[in-house]
Amino acid sequence: MLAGMVTVLSSACLLLGAFLIISGAVGVLRFPDFFTRMHAAGVTETLATTLILLGLMLFAGWTIVSFKLLLILLFILITSPVASHALTKAALHGNLQPLVNENNEQ
Amino acid sequence: MLIASAVAILVVMAMAIIRALLGPTIYDRILAVNLFGTKTVLLIAVIGFLFGRPDFLDIALVYALINFISIVGVLRYFEYSRNEEEGGSL
Amino acid sequence: MKHCLSLAFVLMVLWLGNSGYYSPLLLSLGAFSVVFAVWVSHRMDVVDHESQPLHLSGHISFFYCWLVGKIILSNIDVVKRIWLGNKSISPCFARLPMDQKTDMGKVIYANSITLTPGTVSMDIENGTVLVHALTAENIAELKGGEMNRRVADLEL
Repeated sequence: MLAGMVTVLSSACLLLGAFLIISGAVGVLRFPDFFTRMHAAGVTETLATTLILLGLMLFAGWTIVSFKLLLILLFILITSPVASHALTKAALHGNLQPLVNENNEQ
Repeated sequence: MLIASAVAILVVMAMAIIRALLGPTIYDRILAVNLFGTKTVLLIAVIGFLFGRPDFLDIALVYALINFISIVGVLRYFEYSRNEEEGGSL
Repeated sequence: MKHCLSLAFVLMVLWLGNSGYYSPLLLSLGAFSVVFAVWVSHRMDVVDHESQPLHLSGHISFFYCWLVGKIILSNIDVVKRIWLGNKSISPCFARLPMDQKTDMGKVIYANSITLTPGTVSMDIENGTVLVHALTAENIAELKGGEMNRRVADLEL
């Protein structure tokens, strides 16, 4: 009973993660300029990665494999904002002008 | 489910390659390569489970380290290079 | 001293977790590596309150719980806007004040901004942070200052 529930939960995590990861990639292809694409990439690097690795962790149970998955997850969550910040800062110093309020004046 | 998520990750990697080819600025390409790298880590982890060989996770961990360092290293080259063209496009 | 002990503890957990073999030979090699790594880092003078932020560990778990909720909400918002298309976004950027005193607090605040999709910290100078956001509402929410206040509270 419990094992069945864990399987269902892990499948749900994997499927939801797959949907979010594809949404993020569609955003990277679809959004108009570099800085907005950055936000779409952020979706795939935070919640989608967490959900997929969480699904795998539920799949593996309480083993050393789960510890390694947790380590990968922590590492990605710590490094991805640093890489994003370095990338936007480099773009800013490279005189890339952000697109501002293209559609509505506020 | 493992197969479904592996296919989804492969599709995402293909989309990242399309963005890297389209550009238009160098920063878009680096963003796409970064996306490709983090998705490779996930793909290695999922494939390790799919083939029943969780030892692959060590490779995924090392790949995550190398990916982060390579992105920061590449950015050191482009951060202070003043290109004449808009946004330092290549 | 307590920073060295915490570093040794972290390294030991990493060794035990990643190795998976617990024979006496490998365990003694691991102990040797941990002692050597701690000695080298101590000589390099990198073991301090910045690399081992022990003083934060009490309150930071509550902050991360709050941040996880925030990340889930903003993820849903950004995914919705991705599928609605380019009409639904209005990118903008603003310079926001930072109330944190230490470098550590500033790093945590800027990383939290970047970690929530929809807002990215672009540059930090003179106690302000330049933020790019997908919509004007995201900027307005950060201007409300809840995240800023929570990170500033962590430093005490």
